[in-house]
Amino acid sequence: MFDYCANPDTLEGLRWFSCYLTTAKHMMFYESFLVVIGLMLITVPCAMAFGFGGALAARSHVTPLRWIGKGYAAMVRGVPDIAFFLFVPLALDQGLEWMRHKVKCPDWDQPIRQGNDFVVCAQAKLPLGSAPQWQHETYGIILAVAAFAFVFGAFAAHVLSGAMNAVPKAQLETAEAYGMTKGQITRRILIPQMWVYALPGLSNLWMVLIKATPLLFLLGVQDIVYWARELGGSKTSAYAYPHPDWRLYYFLALLVFYLGLTKVSEIGLARLNRRLSRGQATLAGEEQRKAPA
Amino acid sequence: MSCAQTIHDYALRSIGIGERLLPRSDFTLCQQFTLIGSGLIWNIYFAVCALALGFFLSTGVALARSAPSPFVRKPAEWFIFVFRGSPLFIQFFLFYEALTLLPKAGIDLNLGIVEINMATRWLTRAWAGALIVLFLNTSAYGGEIFYGALRSVPKGDLEAADAYGFSGWKKFRKITWPTMLRLAWPAYTNEAIFLFHATTLVYFSSFPAWQQKGDALYYASYFADKTFNPFIPYPILAFYFMMLTLAIIGTFGLINRRLNRHLPQSSRKGLRPRMMLVR
Repeated sequence: MFDYCANPDTLEGLRWFSCYLTTAKHMMFYESFLVVIGLMLITVPCAMAFGFGGALAARSHVTPLRWIGKGYAAMVRGVPDIAFFLFVPLALDQGLEWMRHKVKCPDWDQPIRQGNDFVVCAQAKLPLGSAPQWQHETYGIILAVAAFAFVFGAFAAHVLSGAMNAVPKAQLETAEAYGMTKGQITRRILIPQMWVYALPGLSNLWMVLIKATPLLFLLGVQDIVYWARELGGSKTSAYAYPHPDWRLYYFLALLVFYLGLTKVSEIGLARLNRRLSRGQATLAGEEQRKAPA
Repeated sequence: MSCAQTIHDYALRSIGIGERLLPRSDFTLCQQFTLIGSGLIWNIYFAVCALALGFFLSTGVALARSAPSPFVRKPAEWFIFVFRGSPLFIQFFLFYEALTLLPKAGIDLNLGIVEINMATRWLTRAWAGALIVLFLNTSAYGGEIFYGALRSVPKGDLEAADAYGFSGWKKFRKITWPTMLRLAWPAYTNEAIFLFHATTLVYFSSFPAWQQKGDALYYASYFADKTFNPFIPYPILAFYFMMLTLAIIGTFGLINRRLNRHLPQSSRKGLRPRMMLVR
């Protein structure tokens, strides 16, 4: 990065560090922080979509659909989320390949499960064996996001269905008396009013999501945990920047990063909460009204 | 191989009793059920020990957090913030690295007359190292829950205690603490459930599973890797954890009933089997 970094062996002290911390690999380490935040921001809308689906299904008048919605929301309570993180990508991958296999190779006569192997025809592989490396990586990330969206969707479904039940019944009955259809009631009355009740649960969910992101490492994503282990491990003099085992310091940096993220989120969510309570007939809203301007 | 033989060989495999080699091919349903169930011993060990020890530290942290003196309050606040604000996964890594940095030969403690050599090797093993992390983690979460409950102890109860001449330790032991527990219990049940789930992280962070003695998820992912079929081991694991969750709700429900036994029937609240996202 700097001119004087050309020959690392001659460097000392601060200069050594300034060169060490700006190597190409460290730049990838810093990028991975952005990747983690980016993945979180992608996961949130996906999880909300899953959550909405689950919450609306749980209120459905079709009995099997209601069971699915309720079962989905209740499922993650009993089973550790990390089990889902390991299960969903693998299951999704095999499910997709199986479907493609059925469509693309209808005249394949061998069984798909041969002993301990899962064999589909070459055209059904996802991504294709000939695809470039970046496609494989992107596919892995998509599966990881799907796993996160699935688990957090179930949490969100629980929060949202609780919030939907908290909307005063009279509101919905009035809408019915005005002759609105079921869909109209949901869209115009239920969903707009639900947010205030859902906010505490959702902000908690965001905190849980932040703390679940290091698990991306288990899904093979090159995230901050991966780089911290990679860069922190002791480097012999065969490397340009030899150093002993520094993983402890790298993980301390990650700890500080996460604490910062939590603190910033706490402040942001508290602001949002104040904004949403303004003018509400709740204790928080009342306190704001009485507070001297 | 019959199922009884499999159970005999593998039921205690996770603690090193029985067959040394894990099955390598032709996995039967019985093997998967037995081994994953065997791994559950570690999940129960971690969760029960961490909860039992953490319960006392939680109370201590909650009391320190509500202390008037900032010298007591601030450390408790920081303890709660650090352990609640960061991922457990990172905490495992951090503690593992810190514990491996301790000198391998042990620390020589000079106690004036005698010198003792304190071994440090065992701290890097999962049974001790991971337990320490889980213990501190659950103490922070429990401390926050107890602190919230401590702040909602009804004023009238405390005034009544004063009027009866209770003070100090006696007031805390007889009035404040039982009421705090009663109020905190639903949330604490939830924490216990989450802690049980968190124990599955141990062997997926840096703590090595020595001689393939792992927990339930370790064996489940072993089978999923070997058979390349996730649809059998993970549902088995899910089944075991569902059972465990129900057992926790049952046990904590009994304690809840005892904590609430003095209240009139109508104002007693059962432990609602509902998820509260407190983490």
